[in-house]
Amino acid sequence: MKIAVCVKVVPDGQLRLDPQSKRLDRSGEGTLNAFDVNAVEEALKLKEAGSDVEEVVIVSLGPERGLEAMRKALAMGADRVVLVSDEAAAGSDLVATSRVLAAALEREGAELVLFGQQAGDSDGAVLWAAVADRLQRPLISQVAELTRQNGNVRGKRQTEYGYDLLEAPLPAVIAVSDAINEPRYPSLKGIMGAKKKPQETLSLGDLGVDADEAGEAGSQTEVYALGDPPARGDTVKIEDDGSAAEKIVQFLREKKAL
Amino acid sequence: MKFLVFLEHHEGALQKDSLGVLSKAASLGGEVEAVLLGAGVEELAADAGRYGAARVHVMDDPLLAAPLPQPRVDALETLLGEQSFDAVLFAASVLSADVAAGLAARLGAGLNWDLTDLAVEDGRLVGKRPELGDSVYADVGWTSEPRLALIRSGTFEPAESGGSAEVETFESRLQDFSLAATMIEQAHSESEGPSIEDAEIVVAGGRGLGSPENFALVEELAKALGGAVAATRAVVDAGWYPYAAQVGQTGKTVSPKLYIACGISGAIQHKVGMQGSSVIVAINKDTNAPIFEYADFGVVGDLHEVVPKLTELVKQRKAA
Amino acid sequence: MKPADYPPPFDPGEFVAAPSDPEGERIEVGVLIVGAGPAGLACAIRLGQLLEGAPELAERLGDVPVAVLEKGKQPGSHLLSGAVVNPRSLRTLFKGRVKTSEMPFYGRVDHEGVYFLTQGRAVRIPTPPTMRNHGNYVASLSRLGRWLGERAEEGGATILPETTAAKLLVTDGRVRGVRTGDRGRGRGGEELANFEPGSDVLARVTVLAEGTQGHLTGVALGRLALEGKSPQVWALGVKEVWRVARPLDRVIHTMGWPLRAGAKYREFGGSFIYPMGPDMVTVGMVVGLDYRDAELSVHDLLQELKTHPLVRKILEGGERIAWGAKTIPEGGFLSLPRRLSAPGLLICGDGAGLVNVPALKGIHYAVESGRLAAEAAFAALQPGETPGRPGALDGYDAALRESFVWTDLRRVRNMRQAFGRGFWLGGALAGAMTATRGAFPPGDARTERDADQEVFTSGRAASYPAADGKLTFDKLSSVFLSGNKTRDDAPNHIRVRTDVPPELAQLWEHMCPAQVYEAVDGGVEVTASNCVQCGAITAKGGRLTPPEGGSGPEYTVT
Repeated sequence: MKIAVCVKVVPDGQLRLDPQSKRLDRSGEGTLNAFDVNAVEEALKLKEAGSDVEEVVIVSLGPERGLEAMRKALAMGADRVVLVSDEAAAGSDLVATSRVLAAALEREGAELVLFGQQAGDSDGAVLWAAVADRLQRPLISQVAELTRQNGNVRGKRQTEYGYDLLEAPLPAVIAVSDAINEPRYPSLKGIMGAKKKPQETLSLGDLGVDADEAGEAGSQTEVYALGDPPARGDTVKIEDDGSAAEKIVQFLREKKAL
Repeated sequence: MKFLVFLEHHEGALQKDSLGVLSKAASLGGEVEAVLLGAGVEELAADAGRYGAARVHVMDDPLLAAPLPQPRVDALETLLGEQSFDAVLFAASVLSADVAAGLAARLGAGLNWDLTDLAVEDGRLVGKRPELGDSVYADVGWTSEPRLALIRSGTFEPAESGGSAEVETFESRLQDFSLAATMIEQAHSESEGPSIEDAEIVVAGGRGLGSPENFALVEELAKALGGAVAATRAVVDAGWYPYAAQVGQTGKTVSPKLYIACGISGAIQHKVGMQGSSVIVAINKDTNAPIFEYADFGVVGDLHEVVPKLTELVKQRKAA
Repeated sequence: MKPADYPPPFDPGEFVAAPSDPEGERIEVGVLIVGAGPAGLACAIRLGQLLEGAPELAERLGDVPVAVLEKGKQPGSHLLSGAVVNPRSLRTLFKGRVKTSEMPFYGRVDHEGVYFLTQGRAVRIPTPPTMRNHGNYVASLSRLGRWLGERAEEGGATILPETTAAKLLVTDGRVRGVRTGDRGRGRGGEELANFEPGSDVLARVTVLAEGTQGHLTGVALGRLALEGKSPQVWALGVKEVWRVARPLDRVIHTMGWPLRAGAKYREFGGSFIYPMGPDMVTVGMVVGLDYRDAELSVHDLLQELKTHPLVRKILEGGERIAWGAKTIPEGGFLSLPRRLSAPGLLICGDGAGLVNVPALKGIHYAVESGRLAAEAAFAALQPGETPGRPGALDGYDAALRESFVWTDLRRVRNMRQAFGRGFWLGGALAGAMTATRGAFPPGDARTERDADQEVFTSGRAASYPAADGKLTFDKLSSVFLSGNKTRDDAPNHIRVRTDVPPELAQLWEHMCPAQVYEAVDGGVEVTASNCVQCGAITAKGGRLTPPEGGSGPEYTVT
């Protein structure tokens, strides 16, 4: 069985928006999205537990300098990295990104596709559902515990109401939550060996995706403007003269928070 | 503009957030309809009329009994194939996020998520989206139809505008791969109260509590309000409360409707974990505490006096 | 009471060991460099050049001929300086093949001014000859470090980030390499679920380029009897980077306010304000850690400095975008170790104390020392020689002594020590030294340890401005801006006695720019996760050891 983990390389340090493009400034080095590291860890655990996992491949869409950040996954123990890097794909929204990723995943033919909980930069937490639909595979998301059972996967899914237990046959798409595991630190040997592992860069053409199906051309959403958060309104500050509790209740009623 | 609002239901009632989104759509003018999918849900549909739906499309099918997203994508695709809508609105939940994104891929339609407001400006639908930990807001839009939108949970309150809805049932084929994932065990409502991330109300305690025993004050207030308990890094470091409750840069990020900070100075490491809260109340005896700069309502006082009194008042109101 | 009365629970012996990993698990590299700063990376770059012309040697060195360990998230994460850089060493390093215009500088220094400040006024004074900066370039050391890291990798070096060098591996008086630090321990030192033990990394030559307060450098100097006769002393520098509305057209240094001139205070230092391109400015405060007032806080003195009309005007309409802090070794020539090499070992850069205090320069010495270390290592790796033989690396010390590094440092050797006599007398002595090129006054001044300074309180804290969140800021906001997100349950990496008298607790509380120490009943409380690893505590009675790899600040433009 081959496991593919979809990851995103997100900007390092303080996130900043570029006032021109109104999108995140991605000009810096970039680092592997912390939530995706849980997915990488889960894939590695599955490989270590089952003798039938032949390969853990890391798949991403982004600028070429992201390869550096993706090496962390190789240092942890993943086998190969595939990066789809193409100028025409810059600015892809959910529809365009899922299209490109699905094409890359189909090319890989991995039975199990893993995603992390959300992207640290856009807080987007929906990509896997779009990809699962394109791949026409069952999906289990928000998985806090994953087990394998005779060709099926079982996921303990975290919802607002508690935990569901779901089962899906392979091939499947699973999105893990950050509660699922504590990612390992790469060993020094792992870090040193990472550079030698295969790292493939693909263009849209290699995937058979047209330039106008990706990037801004292939996106169906746009950003009009950036602005400040709505003013919180006047701050009220009082000294407690014994009636503070009543005043709080009154304030909460006015704000319909009570 | 013609809206379709995705309604969720839980344990025999329409879910509050989806009714909130429905009310908002109704307030934008234009035509508003809703869709309800599940098993044995038909009788809930008419209720949506009170919140602004002129018509509710219902697919009532045992195959939709479990709250799983993929069959719902099939159903919505069918419905949207038969009727045209300018926009489909979802109140964000674990279920609806997967439905909305699956639908976006199915239709090649644009999806904007985590919206905290919606407006129609010059015939255009514009969403407001917080970014960078709620410190910057973006105006976002769509370049094609239908426009799919996920609204941040708790954003809109349900508002009854009176009225009744026509209920129209429909059917849809459900794809094999959509039905491949099955529910073995379904969750029940948590008995211990909501998790910090999902809670609408969070009461947090910091060093000002003075001692670990005083966390009881925070817990009592949270219980009275039906909210969750959170803690600052300082008190978790000191061992007064578990790390799972820590809110802040190195803990969880929450954006409840109400955040009550008791004895918390509010340094930026804490602020970035809760600044998205709709209403922030702070109680601290130090008038220079940074939290007073961004709290909506600040009380300079002794929390050991104010908090128990507040708990009492809340209990009284709820009993009444 | 002086801080030295309460020495930290620290025994250098804890950090020296023989290799302990089983043979098959040890990692072997050719040359191991500890620290991806200007010295370490210059060494790596020079080695890459030399090995290119010596393929047989490169092969003998194995899969990883040159490895650089870096405890920060990436090269640059823990680098901080003013800085105005003299490009000569970089030009030499790249053998003219990289133009200055291709180096990541923010512009050449064409104008400069030195000012003496009082509370409300700024008096321009003639630039002391040691501080002339024409022909030099403004740089962000963090950014320069990242760039040098890329050049080093291009030359074949393997950089290993998020990896600390915790112990020095020594057998039979020969340095064998280092043991890297563990990761994934809990607050009490217990192994967590993702515990990853460190590894023995063995090398033919180990180059310590750890920067100020280098952990293994300190250990090595003591254990291998390399220490000089005068102790090292340090200054603490705290700086900010601002996005500004109007470009600044000159490099500015100030002296005087808010530091006090009297000899009893021992407040030596000043501030710098440098333009970084047309839309950024960096402003910093540097104060010697031999100060005596328990309430002196360099962080807050910087905030106070910004309220001065001269500085306020420059920052008006701007926004603070970065903050950081780091110590600078200030002992100069007299505090240099007596040797910087030992069997299998070379020591470079700030860790060795190669800083010209009156000129505020150290980066080009670091680069030059790294380059010379590479050449010495290369020579000792030739057939017929072995770097572990006593004397094999002597060439490094010899080369350093013949270089401009030595001449420069020797010429200004007593200057810093002179300022122990107070600003005015010190200034006069400094002037005399400059005029006579170091011949007068004769002899070598005495250096006193920072921790041996008697502590007193003077109510100084009352003058620090309250944080307004626009021009002035509190320490926690600053720590946040440094990018520090160290996990809260990491073990405490700071060795310090916690049952100390209130005055000492106060000293530490004010001293630390990251609010690590808090005076409490019975002593001091330590919040180690705030630490930005500046090193001030080591100067003033405690001992900083490296925390888990990858933790601490994530500097990018400091």
